[in-house]
Amino acid sequence: MNGIILKLLAQRVALALLSLLAVSVIVFAVTAVLPGDAAQEQLGQDATPEALAALRAQMGLDVPAPERYLRWLGGLLRGDFGKSATAYQPVAELIGSRLPNSLLLAAITALFAVPIALAAGIASAVWRGSWFDRVASTASVGIVSVPEFLIATLAVLVFAVQLRWLPALSYVNDIESLGQLLKAFAMPVLTLTCVIVAQMMRMTRAAVIDQLEAPYVEMVRLKGASALRLVICHALPNAVGPIANAVALSLSYLLGGVIIVETIFNYPGVAKLMVDGVAQRDTPLVQACAMLFCSGYLILVTTADICGIVANPRLRHR
Amino acid sequence: MSHRDPLEALVGPQESQRLFGALQRGASRRDILGMLVGAGMQAGLAGTLAGTALTAHAETPRRGGKLRVAGATASASDTLDPAKQSNQADYSRCNMLYNGLTSLDGSLTPQPALAERFDTKDAKTWVFTLRKGVAFHDGKALTPADVVYSLMRHKDPATASKAKVQADQIESVKATGPNEVTIVLTAPNADLPVLLGTFHFHIVKDGTTDFNAGIGTGPYKLKEFKPGVRSVVVRNEAYWKSGKPYLDEVEFVGIADENARVNALLSGGMDLVGVINPRSLARVTGTPGFAIFKTPSGQYSDLVMRRDTGPGANPDFVLAMKQLFNREQMKKTIALDQAVIGNDQPIDPTNRFHFAGLPQRAFDPEKAKFHLKKAGISGTVPVVCSPAALYSVEMALMLQQTAKEVGLDIDVKRMPADGYWSNHWLNSAVGFGNVNPRPSADMLLTQFFKSDAQWNESRWKSDKFDQLLLAARGEPDLAKRRQMYADMQTMIHQEAGIGIPLFLSSLDGHSTKVKGLSPIPLGGLMGYNFAENVWLAA
Repeated sequence: MNGIILKLLAQRVALALLSLLAVSVIVFAVTAVLPGDAAQEQLGQDATPEALAALRAQMGLDVPAPERYLRWLGGLLRGDFGKSATAYQPVAELIGSRLPNSLLLAAITALFAVPIALAAGIASAVWRGSWFDRVASTASVGIVSVPEFLIATLAVLVFAVQLRWLPALSYVNDIESLGQLLKAFAMPVLTLTCVIVAQMMRMTRAAVIDQLEAPYVEMVRLKGASALRLVICHALPNAVGPIANAVALSLSYLLGGVIIVETIFNYPGVAKLMVDGVAQRDTPLVQACAMLFCSGYLILVTTADICGIVANPRLRHR
Repeated sequence: MSHRDPLEALVGPQESQRLFGALQRGASRRDILGMLVGAGMQAGLAGTLAGTALTAHAETPRRGGKLRVAGATASASDTLDPAKQSNQADYSRCNMLYNGLTSLDGSLTPQPALAERFDTKDAKTWVFTLRKGVAFHDGKALTPADVVYSLMRHKDPATASKAKVQADQIESVKATGPNEVTIVLTAPNADLPVLLGTFHFHIVKDGTTDFNAGIGTGPYKLKEFKPGVRSVVVRNEAYWKSGKPYLDEVEFVGIADENARVNALLSGGMDLVGVINPRSLARVTGTPGFAIFKTPSGQYSDLVMRRDTGPGANPDFVLAMKQLFNREQMKKTIALDQAVIGNDQPIDPTNRFHFAGLPQRAFDPEKAKFHLKKAGISGTVPVVCSPAALYSVEMALMLQQTAKEVGLDIDVKRMPADGYWSNHWLNSAVGFGNVNPRPSADMLLTQFFKSDAQWNESRWKSDKFDQLLLAARGEPDLAKRRQMYADMQTMIHQEAGIGIPLFLSSLDGHSTKVKGLSPIPLGGLMGYNFAENVWLAA
């Protein structure tokens, strides 16, 4: 088993590096094509030609684009992510100060959303066709159709402004107790859960239903296993592949796609940093964030594939 | 303090002191009433006096408390270096930590701050006498060397100061006495004290290159600074303005989304927030315990008609467009009454040089039609606007409607805010621009209306205007200056290709516990100098 897993890992890592390289080229090219550059954006209305030239020289923007890209790549290989063009700080520091926040939010959301989605999906599969199944499916599709900024804004209006149960902003600084943590994160987590739960639930349902129709499950039922044992010990391990993939896709969204939640709750995360970086044409920052999200996605997908293989003995001992 | 004097006059200073002592210990109106009647006063008079005492107490600044403020920007480029300040958060933060030689009051007149007095004979050589007994946060006393260093560093290209252009007119700054500094300019400028009261010219310690400790002479000391996240400052107990500041601590954060800012205020998460959209005004005033603080200022969005190319080259077209502005309706529907009507000249009523005698140009479609016919404009006129210039899109659409009624076809071209200033603003034949408040009329006119100014939006050139501008800058006599600025405003009103329908007020929201705010037209949040002046009521 180890041999197969290791071979898979090696293959995946090689492919991942290639993908990262391709992504970096594309992101750089697209950012370069956007009108304006970091110097122009920073000076805004104050952009006289002399000021622009001076600032461009200072920022290193007076070199042609391919050369800038190669310089950045060289720096990356040495472990230097470069300096942000707008903040007077190394990019690594900037991202480093915000990444733990993003990971915390993603982790807490995953902690709530994944069990809910899995439980609902399995229950819907087991009781397929019943009213529970129909209600759960309709509800999840309905919830995912509502735009997240609407959910977030309504939640803030109701719980923060009217009822004053929860704070309107999610500060990460002054959290001392678990209760405070839960209060501060309640609404962002609620909003994000609404977004990702539907896909995971429906995929779980489909995968488990698929397994439940298989002949071996009928055999297990004839042997007299309880419904719970049937699902958890027999059907589920075979359904792990697609479920893990759906979970990985949803979780990768949590890392880089939560810009709206970060804006509404003023949460200092990496997604907002990247969006601000694009607006400021801060190329080193944008590149670094793109690499980060890409790596996160690749790690999650690879983990999902490994889970699928490990859970399936047939694939393990090929 | 206005209610204290009649109270003292009525019951005598001793009794008045006793009453205020009781109030500070938490007496209510009933208790005061009891005290007065117990001392033998008739009940009716006692009732009135109790009310007066309470109002006087409420107006008295109360020491203590922590203020949580949210500004409109949060950027990783937040800085503690006065020379690099570039946004509202920086201005607010640096005003908490540093002082300038002068400070600007509600009419943008320079008042003594770190400089006790400033004298000049010819507006070219200035002598500033520094205040004695001022110390930085680390205990070092303020000396002329600190002033020399702080001002001269703006001229050094290595500092990359945002105020380099203004600082270039300073030729030399020298210490000429134990508490005296002499500044010599390259050309006479009567507004030097105004310039030195602006944010960038804060005084720092001689030789500072690392500003991360935020050592200044200001009302607060730096406790915590995370760029793009928040700053926390605590009271400077040894501040040279005795009695101030009133607050123990101020926490300043930036919330970029306006809705999130208003929600933070109304849910009790913040005490004071800046830059509220007029559309949120009803929400804030409708919630008990919250109020709006309005600052009329010189910010405007203007219609630029280039005089050197396009339809603006014809003066009749320019006049017609100015007459097509339905200013009252724009004020009511676009700015929701949070604006002041403009008269196609850039000096607003809060400025001491505003020429009130200039006849207000009225909305006159008939005259506009006449001038348009005279100008012989045919076909569509493209007008460029963008959300980057506040309200310009709404103004352009309103103009389009009005123009249709007089037979002029306007094509509104809405450009994205991204890159508007670099790509469209000065390049369009007819478009919109936006000007933020400037501390002095001279600065604004020099930057935007001088014939060879880089930002002369309408390319209007007039030698007479340039001469007046230069003469007014160096004129020490206030009455003569006023007359010159009045003439310049009339010239712009009549000849320049700039239409200014409104001066926009800025709005801030605050809890009613926050007291002491008074408008300073440099910007919202009391010209960003709120921290020194506000207090929290009980």
